[in-house]
Amino acid sequence: MQTLTPQRLRELDFKATDVREGIIRALLAAGSGHSAGSLDMADIFTALYGHVMRHRPEEPNWPQRDRLLLSCGHIAPVRYSAMANFGYFPVDELLTLRKFGTRLQGHPERVSLPSVETTSGPLGEGLAQGVGMAQAAKMDGADFRVYVVTSDAEHQCGLHWEAMMTAAKFKLDNLLCIIDRNFIQIDGSTEEIMPLEPLADKYRAFNWEVFECDGHDIAAFVATVERAQAVKGKPQVIIAKTIPGKGVSYMEGDYTWHGKPPNAEQAKTALAELAATRERILAHV
Amino acid sequence: MSDTQTLDRAARAMSLVDYRDTANLKQLPTRNGFGEGLLEAARANRNVIGICADLSESTRFEGLKNALPEQYLEIGVAEQMLVAMAGGLAAVGKIPWIASYAMFNPGRSWEQVRTIMALNETNVKIAGAHAGVSVGPDGATHQAIEDIAIMRVIPHMFVVVPCDSVQTKKATLALSQTFGPTYLRFAREKSAIVTSEATPFEIGKAQVFREGSDVAIVACGILVYNALMAADKLSRERGIECRVVNNHTVKPMDEAAILDAAKTCGAVVTVEEHQIHSGMGSRVAEILAAKHPTPIEFIGVDDRFGQSGDPVELIEHYGMGSAAIEAAVLRAHARKRA
Repeated sequence: MQTLTPQRLRELDFKATDVREGIIRALLAAGSGHSAGSLDMADIFTALYGHVMRHRPEEPNWPQRDRLLLSCGHIAPVRYSAMANFGYFPVDELLTLRKFGTRLQGHPERVSLPSVETTSGPLGEGLAQGVGMAQAAKMDGADFRVYVVTSDAEHQCGLHWEAMMTAAKFKLDNLLCIIDRNFIQIDGSTEEIMPLEPLADKYRAFNWEVFECDGHDIAAFVATVERAQAVKGKPQVIIAKTIPGKGVSYMEGDYTWHGKPPNAEQAKTALAELAATRERILAHV
Repeated sequence: MSDTQTLDRAARAMSLVDYRDTANLKQLPTRNGFGEGLLEAARANRNVIGICADLSESTRFEGLKNALPEQYLEIGVAEQMLVAMAGGLAAVGKIPWIASYAMFNPGRSWEQVRTIMALNETNVKIAGAHAGVSVGPDGATHQAIEDIAIMRVIPHMFVVVPCDSVQTKKATLALSQTFGPTYLRFAREKSAIVTSEATPFEIGKAQVFREGSDVAIVACGILVYNALMAADKLSRERGIECRVVNNHTVKPMDEAAILDAAKTCGAVVTVEEHQIHSGMGSRVAEILAAKHPTPIEFIGVDDRFGQSGDPVELIEHYGMGSAAIEAAVLRAHARKRA
């Protein structure tokens, strides 16, 4: 990974705002979809596509690419918007989200859109598949890395824990799990519905190397990824603290935005706020 | 006395052994053929691997485990993990065979099978061991008799139920070389080997094991032997000549062979060690109802669960023995005349 210069960091912060704008436009056009988690992972997806990962937008199936699996498929808009903003397809295609004939299915499908790596949506399955990919890399002596983005509530699924055990058994140090720790799920707070804490300790007990960071601080996230990837012989997890709906103030921290899109008026307000954010970033250049 | 020359023309064309010679008929569990086929496939292609969920002996993974340990992974009692991890391995070019008891994989792992294997179009192969009530003493919890139903309903899935251990080996080799999500089903107990090395095998191509034009018996799995025995007895004792079709590929089913059997015979009996509802026979009924309505009798488990017992005793109790097949042929034959 290259050094993250202050100039590059500002560019990524700017790009994260573009990614959020793409999310809002796509959700408005679709008339359904998941706002809060999509917005709160915009900084991390920008960091992954813009700095961390080895990939080729013009050659999505490049065999040496790092693999990024989005386990919580319902926040597909953030991945689609990041892909569009980093050159995989025109940004306008985001407006086809969830519509008949689109490549941008409501939940991502590998067969529809190259490089989404797997079909996801049924929760708790991404890490398990990432384990398979990381193990295949080990068996073949391939040097690509596997990144798995999961939600926090997915940790209520048993399969995720099967995957945690398996990753440790096979010493998959080429595997990094990134948790969107936003503390919300459809029905409310994760800690009320099915408490996950102490989450870091649970990973440690499963023989993982655990890191925590602010999921909205791209520099901190990139630095944490670098530290994680220095670990040998163990899989790593970054518990990224995020604010659901981040970037759109009326959505921030409100679990009711988990599974619904903005209406036209709300989208207008959101886009105006994102434009103001962009102005602030430019003012600091 | 074994005398293949006196077998009917179709059986000779298929190079069957003399299945009537019960004293000399060789018996082996179908899963043995899987173990042999997997090892051969893995030797030929290092991307062919096995992933085991704590049942290496029962699923016949031991050959691979001992001979090619670098192509073998053990993940413990975690059948959903089995499918999901295999999906990841397949996405990077591996050809994973995953094996457990059919009741747990695909029984426990069905949604992962649908999403990660089929919707995702990955090259994962499931070996479902210990299918059917003939699992015996373990009882109903371990007797998968719904697995064909839940697999044949999934788009893109290959569903193959070979008739004996020799054919299971051929199926394992053929499926290892055929891209696509796959379910291969086999049984626990020793069963009669009716095919020989020379018997052809092609995925999706049903085989006529006995010629006849009175009633067609369309069977799969280890009950093909019972179907042949029933047909032989009906011929000797009643002069009723049955065509016996080894319908090993439940999906994609050989529609032409089914239609030809129905048109030639005018009545059909389906035979499988599975729930009658939504199994292989149901697919035969779907084809015939749509394209050539024909009287059909169904042999299988009739909407019940299994139980502990001796395998042969259970096959008889649930109405899948050769006497039950004979009775079904007579019913089908009578309906044809009506």
